[in-house]
Amino acid sequence: MAVFSTNEFKGGLKVMLDNDPCSIIENEFVKPGKGQAFNRVKLRNLKTGRVIERTFKSGESLEGADVVDVEMQYLYNDGELWHFMQPESFEQYTADANAVAEAKKWLKEQDICLVTLYNGAPLSVTPPNFVTLKIVETDPGVRGDTSGGGGKPATLETGAVVRVPLFVQTEEVIKVDTRTGEYLSRVKE
Amino acid sequence: MTPGVIWHPACSLEALRARAGLLAAIRRFFEEREVMEVETPLLCQAGGTDPNLHPFVTRFRRPGQAEGVPLYLQTSPEFAMKRLLAAGSGSIYQICKAFRNEEAGRYHNPEFTILEWYRPGFNLEQLMDEIDTLFVRLLAPHRDLQPSERVTYRDAFRKHAEVDPLTASLGELAACAGRHGLAEAEMLCGADRPVWLDFLFSHLVQPFLGQGRLSFVFDYPACQSSLARKKPNNPLVVERVEAFLDGIELANGFRELADPAEQEQRFDADLLTRRSQGQFLPAKDQRLLAALQAGLPDCSGVALGLDRLLMRLTGAKAIDEVLAFPVERA
Repeated sequence: MAVFSTNEFKGGLKVMLDNDPCSIIENEFVKPGKGQAFNRVKLRNLKTGRVIERTFKSGESLEGADVVDVEMQYLYNDGELWHFMQPESFEQYTADANAVAEAKKWLKEQDICLVTLYNGAPLSVTPPNFVTLKIVETDPGVRGDTSGGGGKPATLETGAVVRVPLFVQTEEVIKVDTRTGEYLSRVKE
Repeated sequence: MTPGVIWHPACSLEALRARAGLLAAIRRFFEEREVMEVETPLLCQAGGTDPNLHPFVTRFRRPGQAEGVPLYLQTSPEFAMKRLLAAGSGSIYQICKAFRNEEAGRYHNPEFTILEWYRPGFNLEQLMDEIDTLFVRLLAPHRDLQPSERVTYRDAFRKHAEVDPLTASLGELAACAGRHGLAEAEMLCGADRPVWLDFLFSHLVQPFLGQGRLSFVFDYPACQSSLARKKPNNPLVVERVEAFLDGIELANGFRELADPAEQEQRFDADLLTRRSQGQFLPAKDQRLLAALQAGLPDCSGVALGLDRLLMRLTGAKAIDEVLAFPVERA
């Protein structure tokens, strides 16, 4: 794997730090007029999601991390693992609950997700920005209410719970932004 | 012609005007005080020895000459200005470009503008007074600042890092880093005391300096003497001052070292450090040593980063926002 020096550190670069793959968020060059030069670097640990701050001497280097983002189709969940497939090669991958994490509540079979592979194994899963999901349960709303004010919780087919306007009913299909978890609109099937 | 080439300046026209206004105000300030403006060479035969400064090197060939000799783009006009002082110039100032290789970032461009001035007969306190007066004049129209504060390096360190920078052992400095969650310090700094102090100062102290007011930090540790005179009757510190605003270093001044023997010892110590780090070994500036031998008047002097000052005036987040053509567009 390639080695990167502090001057090559930039947002998005994937490197190994303390044996974990990390993504560089920010790299600031710090140098007193008369004194030692440092680079203060902010990184996200791709395993834990935690943001770390670490200082390096300018010119130090880190090993690159074998991390790639691949678009894959979500196939199914077998009760323990989530199965994905690369549409071009038909190659299949399995991700555990750790890797799927919060994404699981948005995963609908056939949807295309972004799977981050580390050394060839799924490290994390990013759902599509927008998903269309069926409501399996919500309180009957007041007919004729179109204001959207207030709203009510609705449980979706994948298990996610989102707030929807009062006029939206069980069995309807809605569009949701997975980044904010917000209802966007009804979808006519 | 290559399509899509960026030819525009990086900064706004407003920033250009702010720079012009700043330069005019500085020149008025020194004219009122009868400080003479001077120019010294940007291309020099001798580079500095400071192990933390990396000069750009080029070659000078006389007409028809094949090999030529190396010349250095100056990292600071300090040595040449001291030669003018030794020649009897009296108070002088200069606004010039300085060049430092291996420096680039939010607050660094490899080519930047320095305001540097020297005051024969001034002690460090008088120098701080004058820096303060200049800053107030330049900043007041743009910023609402409290009266400036003056704090010794030792007190600033004790207040923010809770350790004594002058007397703490390396182990105590490492413990301080550990308390503040800076576990990597030990590997970075090793047994190098100046690096330890730079590390702890830039992480734990500097961010708190110059908040809503200008902060002067003075009496630096002897191991960070640079070109400052030792403080009489206190061997632990030197007569050096730095000014900070919004956690950013803006100026660095000294009661100037005038003793040629001590100057040469410091050159030699720098060269030893450079050798141990496998860096190139520049020649000692013999012309500076000869000028000190002839006699540098007792004086204080300071260098101020004008691009950074402009950042503080305009609220720019990065030095590129106040430069017409930062190195990427130069």
